[in-house]
Amino acid sequence: MSNALSAADLVPGEPALDEPPRASSWLRYAALKAGGAVVSLIMVVLLGFFAFRILPGDPVRSLAEGRRVSAEQMELLREQLGFNDPLLTQFLRYLTDLAQGRLGYSYTYSEPVLNLILDRLGPTLLLTGTAALISVVLGLWLGQRAAWRRGSLFDKTQTGLALVFWSVPTFWLGLILLLVFGGGLHWFPTGGLVTAGTTATGFPLLWDVARHMVLPVVTMVAVVYAQYLMVMRASLFEEMTSDYLQTARAKGLREDLVRRRHAVPNALLPTVTLIFLTLGGLVGGAVTVETVFSWPGLGLLTFQALSAPDFPLLQGTFVVFSSIVIVMNFLADLLYRFLDPRLRAA
Amino acid sequence: MSTTTGSAGTRRVNVAAARRRQALADGWKEFARNRAGLAGLIILLAVIALAAVIPLFAPASVLDVTQVTAGRNEPPSLANPLGTDPAGRSVLALLIWGARISLVVGFAATLVSMVIGTVMGMAAGHFTGATQAVLMRLIDFFLVVPGLVLAIVLSSIIGPGIATIVVAIGVTSWAGTARLVRSQTLTVEARPYIERAWALGASDAHVIGRHVLPAVMPLVLANTTLTVGSAIIAESTLAFLGLGDPSSVSWGGMLKSALDTGAATGGYWWYVLPPGLAIVLVVLSFTLVGRALESVINPTLRGR
Repeated sequence: MSNALSAADLVPGEPALDEPPRASSWLRYAALKAGGAVVSLIMVVLLGFFAFRILPGDPVRSLAEGRRVSAEQMELLREQLGFNDPLLTQFLRYLTDLAQGRLGYSYTYSEPVLNLILDRLGPTLLLTGTAALISVVLGLWLGQRAAWRRGSLFDKTQTGLALVFWSVPTFWLGLILLLVFGGGLHWFPTGGLVTAGTTATGFPLLWDVARHMVLPVVTMVAVVYAQYLMVMRASLFEEMTSDYLQTARAKGLREDLVRRRHAVPNALLPTVTLIFLTLGGLVGGAVTVETVFSWPGLGLLTFQALSAPDFPLLQGTFVVFSSIVIVMNFLADLLYRFLDPRLRAA
Repeated sequence: MSTTTGSAGTRRVNVAAARRRQALADGWKEFARNRAGLAGLIILLAVIALAAVIPLFAPASVLDVTQVTAGRNEPPSLANPLGTDPAGRSVLALLIWGARISLVVGFAATLVSMVIGTVMGMAAGHFTGATQAVLMRLIDFFLVVPGLVLAIVLSSIIGPGIATIVVAIGVTSWAGTARLVRSQTLTVEARPYIERAWALGASDAHVIGRHVLPAVMPLVLANTTLTVGSAIIAESTLAFLGLGDPSSVSWGGMLKSALDTGAATGGYWWYVLPPGLAIVLVVLSFTLVGRALESVINPTLRGR
């Protein structure tokens, strides 16, 4: 839920968090970043455990809410789920389980959490990956066009549109699209990954999945691309007064080449970092979009775990979602180092 | 510090206060020049005023499902300009009453987020060594971790309710502010007057409280308006996912009941469109005001 729309994120000269001096070696940089990622992963694991045991609120009581459960039955449940053991014992059990890849056992599905998550991982990666790719390309392209023609009608409409889309709650946009294109016009299926009971394989199957993807992907892209547009626009503004652009123009380069070969590559660098910082937001979008469109992914699983409530499952989706984002951010840090020629040479 | 005593009588002129007034007036002039920001401010004031006076026109009893007089899911009419909800209540009354919860939660969550973000940011910028390393790790962690998922985890454990949502949003959204405040703290502390304060024997608390805090406040305030917008979206999202207080009316809660009662698929557009449009309008206004404030504080951002 961070706010990437703020242009102040791009204040020039601001050093990135714990950025080592430029001269330090690649290996040291990678080790530093890896260390940071590992610490974050450990914090996720700790939070995943302690949040469910220390915070006020009784998981067993929430589980029994609205049902006729006697005190003895609740006690039995507590015993079965291991809530009566000392905290340290529970924690050690959690750690050993985690080390063996066990994320606990879902109450509602009566299945290991890991199996449930692995089943749902593919659809989520497909949905968020496609949406992220389209948003980045669309946002960056529109952003640099808008910045280059600053103050033009194109700039004003694009910025205005981006600000409006950014203010739209994802789930509401999904509901509206569902209402108009799914329910009203019947152009697209309203939910799921494939048509229920389909036996199609090969190309017809791909076509079916693609049709089911249209509405969820459009919803996610509409809400996400706006931030990329604004960041790219602000970042290119930063470059537009630079002397090297004047030099490029003095060389007699066409305006188009000045933009594409000189200004944009430099403006892209700070944008890349911010794009990766919004990955967590993308995951949040996945939860609501998958819920609205019944997309069988991790987001929908999180929602189902939450409405049951099924705490081992919720703990599992939290740990997996967070780990994915942390690892992606680590890779982004390495990529950034590689992309920036000043840092690569060092 | 900056008071002078005039020769004629003992009229004391507070130069610092006058300078502050002048700065405020200049800032307002700069803000008013931004038409989008001004429009956002007017809309916000109108919405807040409407939400404040609504009990005078539509007492809380109109929200009581046992006292409804209209039918269920009635389309818009003269009596109910936006129709009625699945329980027969006026959607317009619900919408304006809902503004209260959405705004209060938005502001309260932002306050939590800003306090944590400012304190952590200033501490991470001010202190060095192990303290700094730990704080930076923490900021980095909260910057990266998926906020909505963490908020879902927190609120599902604490149990649904308004206070829960405030805490969940506040705890998961402060890292961006902390990052901003930290870089501003570093800039401020590099200035000579901080060195002067140190030389005069100032304590950490003095430097942070008297010098750094006033210097980062404008930035924090501009950031606040932007954060209120995203907090309102987060509130509606959490309420939509069923983590809100079911007994109070909020925009997210209205959309949740629209989905639960089949209003969305039943074609009752008057129950689905207004809450969403209200969210868009208010969030957009906060964003426009925030951007205008940002350009007042940071002249290099002007014209963006």
